Amino acid sequence: MQSFLLLTLILLSIGGYYLGRNRAFAVAGGQIRHLHSLPSFYGSYTALWCGLPALIVFAVWATLQPSVIIDLVVSGMPPELRNLPPDQLNLVVNDLKNLVSGNIVSSTPDAAMLDAANRYHNLQLIGNVSLWVVILTLAIAGAAYAWRAISPSLRARNRVEQVVNLLLILSSTVAIFTTIGIVLSVLFESILFFRKVPITEFLFGTQWSPQTALRADQVGSSGAFGSVPLFAGTLLISGIAMVVAVPIGLMAALFLSEYATPKFRAVAKPALEILAGIPTVVYGFFAALTVAPLIREIGAAMGLHVASESALAAGLVMGIMIIPFVSSLSDDVINAVPQSMRDGSYALGATKSETITRVLLPAALPGIVGSILLAVSRAIGETMIVVMAAGLSANLTANPLEAVTTVTVQIVTLLTGDQEFDSPKTLAAFALGLMLFVVTLILNIIALHVVRKYREQYE
Amino acid sequence: MSTTIIETKSALDTALRPAAEAGKQSSLEVTDYDNRQTVGAITVDHPKMVCRNVNVYYGAKQALRNVGIDIGANQVIAFIGPSGCGKSTFLRCLNRMNDTIVTCRVTGQLKLDDEDIYAPVIDVVQLRARIGMVFQKPNPFPKSIYENVAYGPRIHGMVNTKAELDELVRASLERAGLLKEVDKRMNDPGTSLSGGQQQRLCIARAIAVNPEVILMDEPCSALDPIATAKIEELIDELRENYTIVIVTHSMQQAARVSQRTAYFHLGDLIEVGETDQIFTNPKHKLTEDYITGRFG
Ligand SMILES: Nc1ncnc2c1ncn2[C@@H]1O[C@H](COP(=O)(O)OP(=O)(O)OP(=O)(O)O)[C@@H](O)[C@H]1O
Ligand SMILES: [Mg+2]
Repeated sequence: MQSFLLLTLILLSIGGYYLGRNRAFAVAGGQIRHLHSLPSFYGSYTALWCGLPALIVFAVWATLQPSVIIDLVVSGMPPELRNLPPDQLNLVVNDLKNLVSGNIVSSTPDAAMLDAANRYHNLQLIGNVSLWVVILTLAIAGAAYAWRAISPSLRARNRVEQVVNLLLILSSTVAIFTTIGIVLSVLFESILFFRKVPITEFLFGTQWSPQTALRADQVGSSGAFGSVPLFAGTLLISGIAMVVAVPIGLMAALFLSEYATPKFRAVAKPALEILAGIPTVVYGFFAALTVAPLIREIGAAMGLHVASESALAAGLVMGIMIIPFVSSLSDDVINAVPQSMRDGSYALGATKSETITRVLLPAALPGIVGSILLAVSRAIGETMIVVMAAGLSANLTANPLEAVTTVTVQIVTLLTGDQEFDSPKTLAAFALGLMLFVVTLILNIIALHVVRKYREQYE
Repeated sequence: MSTTIIETKSALDTALRPAAEAGKQSSLEVTDYDNRQTVGAITVDHPKMVCRNVNVYYGAKQALRNVGIDIGANQVIAFIGPSGCGKSTFLRCLNRMNDTIVTCRVTGQLKLDDEDIYAPVIDVVQLRARIGMVFQKPNPFPKSIYENVAYGPRIHGMVNTKAELDELVRASLERAGLLKEVDKRMNDPGTSLSGGQQQRLCIARAIAVNPEVILMDEPCSALDPIATAKIEELIDELRENYTIVIVTHSMQQAARVSQRTAYFHLGDLIEVGETDQIFTNPKHKLTEDYITGRFG
């Protein structure tokens, strides 16, 4: 029904476009240069007048109609139904909706319910028909208004560009508002959490066992919410990952940009970037099934005790995953160092390695730091590999051979499964999320700052 | 090499010209347009560098044909010619900077003090320390002024102590006529200097490694007349200790700073001679046209 209306509206707008364009030709007497704007702008102008107001009304109407209809139906119900407490009323309304749409109903409908369902159905029909009428009238009226307004002096291009401008602004703010929304929702839940668990315990506590009692008399009824082991685990795994990724990534970048032939580079660079495209869950398999057992065997051969799930396994695989973040970006920044710098160095009798270490790397350093920080953000946020390879136990340890857990993994485990939404256990996930957000935000700001500084380098 | 000498009017065929001809001098008073052989004295009494039969190719394309010329010690020689004629290409052959271009191939003889600089035994790194280069666009490293000049001496291990290095940096800046301007700001980035100062910094950087020859590719093309005058003055002073090759588009500059001038045209070395003679009494029609402004 409503999608048909939308389609009709689009067709009308397309029609409006051609009407407007032809009208522009007509008022110009066939001489386009008499017009203020090109004819297609007059077409777009008419199409916008036809489609935009109708669309806005349509959107508002479509969101309001269901609740208005329900209000009307409820007010027409017999008092014993109407005066039910809100949650029971909700059930009744749900039943009503199911009845209308022909779904299974929780109880056999009585006369009052059937009556209400009828009224609901009728109201819906009336609503839809009047929606059609209103929208079509608006569309035609809008098109007619624009059509009449078309004259050679009408600044159609400016008007259309204004609308496009608005659209661009809206699109650019979507991301911003989403971020703000996410932050706020996480922030409010975190505040709830900090009411139940003191913030100092959360920030500085070294015990993490987020068990809360279902009943007050349950044993071990209070959990511990010290996030230090989690951040330590994150730090450990990310650290191992960076130890792998930074040297390998940098050397790969240097080879690609300075030593490889253009042909080799054209093949090798995209191939390296494929690493970043492998789903992390696949890396997780690799870490849990291949790397972790390997490390355990090597450890056993050397007489070390290695847990079957170890930070080392997760960190190594994560490091491999983020190699392309370091190598690809670093390669770009090293390449961006002007050829004149290389020439200047070679002309002084510098060797290739001297040129790289003394001119290229220092010149590209800010960009390289930026790429490393981006890789760190990626490592901190990574979850899947850690779940599969590093385990869930919140050990506070610096030993990479033991199992650790990370912030993101704990968030996942806290929120999966059936949970009460106001228990400290669930709310803790939001507090962790907030902390993580702040940490990665700071890293990103530093990275952006460094990258911006790099841009000014050779000016 | 083939013994037949083809008298031909097409530039394409001159590419096939026997190499033996390259060094010959013409006896005509003013040579015709069609003559693509070098006119004038290509030899000098005390050559620092000797080049014979130099051909340069970029991939399949030939950029220089049979260039033969001597570069006199403690002299300034200017390369002039219309854009794209191969001046920079030839200059870059002299310190093997063309090695960094993958497609570039150089044949022929180039000698520095009787040593073939393209011989396998030659270490190109040491060669470039002996033949410094200054580029068209000033290209200081994004380091401090001090570090820019100290770069060469450091990589060549020319000094043992910090004091020696300080001394060398200051001396180089002094000789490049820049010391007074930067004495108080040695640790500012080299890129913070003005264009003319940057170019003098690049000259200071080049002379800090104490080269024997300095190649300059249009060193003043990005500079204003005052900065240009300073650099020209500097070139004249540097001549005492160094052999200088300068590429320039400014006839006046060539006349002011050089003792000899070489005119290139479309990959051929057309005429070489004393600067005075080239500018007052050119022997080749093409040279005459170029310096009188009828061409190029
Ligand atoms: N890297 C390169 N690859 C391919 N061809 C090149 C390259 N560098 C120069 N050439 C070609 O070689 C020829 C000579 O170029 P060169 O740069 O030596 O000219 P030039 O005399 O210095 O000109 P200008 O006065 O404009 O600097 C030109 O035709 C140019 O297109
Ligand atoms: Mg050039």
